[in-house]
Amino acid sequence: MDDKKKTILLVDDDEDYLFQTRLHIEQFGFRVVTAESQAEAEKLLETLKPDLAILDLMMEKDDSGFILAYKLKRKYPDVPVIIATAVTAETGMTFGVSTEEERKWIKADLYIEKGIRADQLHKEIVKLLKL
Amino acid sequence: MEKLNVLVVDDEPGICSGITRILSRYNVGFPFMDENIGFDVRETSTGEEAVTIIDEKVPDIILLDNKLPGMQGIEVLEYINKKNLDTVVLMITSYASLELAVKATNQGAHDFIPKPFTPQELKSAIESVTKHIFLRRMTRKLNKEGKQIRFQFLSVLSHELKAPLNAIEGYLRIMDERQAGNDLDAYNKIIERSLVRVRGMRNLIMDLLDLTRIESGKKKREVAPVNLTEVARLSIDTMGPIAIQKDVKIHFDAPGEVIMEADREEMEIIFNNLLSNAIKYNIEGGKVDCIIKREDDTVNVTVSDTGIGIPEEELPRLFQEFVRIKSDKTKHITGSGLGLSIVKRLTRLYKGEISVNSKPGVGSTFTLKFPGNSGI
Repeated sequence: MDDKKKTILLVDDDEDYLFQTRLHIEQFGFRVVTAESQAEAEKLLETLKPDLAILDLMMEKDDSGFILAYKLKRKYPDVPVIIATAVTAETGMTFGVSTEEERKWIKADLYIEKGIRADQLHKEIVKLLKL
Repeated sequence: MEKLNVLVVDDEPGICSGITRILSRYNVGFPFMDENIGFDVRETSTGEEAVTIIDEKVPDIILLDNKLPGMQGIEVLEYINKKNLDTVVLMITSYASLELAVKATNQGAHDFIPKPFTPQELKSAIESVTKHIFLRRMTRKLNKEGKQIRFQFLSVLSHELKAPLNAIEGYLRIMDERQAGNDLDAYNKIIERSLVRVRGMRNLIMDLLDLTRIESGKKKREVAPVNLTEVARLSIDTMGPIAIQKDVKIHFDAPGEVIMEADREEMEIIFNNLLSNAIKYNIEGGKVDCIIKREDDTVNVTVSDTGIGIPEEELPRLFQEFVRIKSDKTKHITGSGLGLSIVKRLTRLYKGEISVNSKPGVGSTFTLKFPGNSGI
């Protein structure tokens, strides 16, 4: 394995999304580590410091992505976090009043829609990694 | 283009004119709207004047600063609340007064925009409010017209239908562009997963058909004496293959005949859903008990399993549409999230009751009580 490759942590409970996104990101030339739940990701983060993390928003809980982002940033403030969600565009539901409180502690660097094209995702990753 | 009236209440002239400048050139469009929506902005620097303007004509959106020379923003909000006015309030607050913003949202402000904000932040806040207003209007209009369309339901449904399509499309694209190179195993997995998603979608559509039929009441229900024992036995046979796959044994305990006035097909749907859940969410080598009993004037049906159980905090949501319990144990189990909501609706249709008892790691028991002769 090429050690100079940047490592991207990809967390999503949809195994199809995980499979496809992993394939794309590996083709961009990154190393990918995946987790299928918030709990699994938390475990991974105990020993792994990724160069960037892409987190699904709704996993075990509706706000798993936020909680994970918070914990990740607390441990590794310099690791950029992307939160991927399919909620907004598809359902028209926005993060309403109930989550305003959370704005204070949610520290994602970027929100993306899950339908984002591979080349767009590539661009965003490169931007956040400052490559 | 339709315009929403926006009132900006802020004593900083720079903020007022900035907002006017940005919003007068901005408009919002969503795929589900026929035309875009623009904004007419009016400015004022005091709470008192804001109240006068609101009394003349209630604006659609109010951008409200709290720190004003006289009457405070929060007091304007109270005034709006007291009069129960049909408007959406966005508080403009500095980061330092987040506590106030939270208080304001508790008092009915829709959202807040922390100051200083970028034009983009203002635009996305306005976009979200516009969508909110539009959906609220549509909902009211539809309610007025007596159409029982529930946006929440439809929007979640569109998500549920799109997810498998997105997955399959993604896989097709990978195959089309041979993105996995010569890795045949990867392509096999891609095909297998695509088929799984197709199956899931088909099940969802079948469940939806069941649901809409119950909902609309359009389909002729054929109510006749039905032998529940026979219906249950048939359902157990239908579930046979998946029970064998999972090595789950089904025990059936019922008298030869339990007759109830019902639509046979509806009873089949109930048993199929309860039994398939009891198998799907069971452990390998587990057990399912299906019991039908007539007690005095009620017919009782219980289906219990030795499966993974349901955490207590999830129980209240269990019968809602598209609710699926997400955990490590359930992530490979497919389902539309409609089954139990269908069962509940059907049970209600017979003036029956459904209840659940569950313990994580031990199993779940669903109990249905029907009035013996529901007379439906």
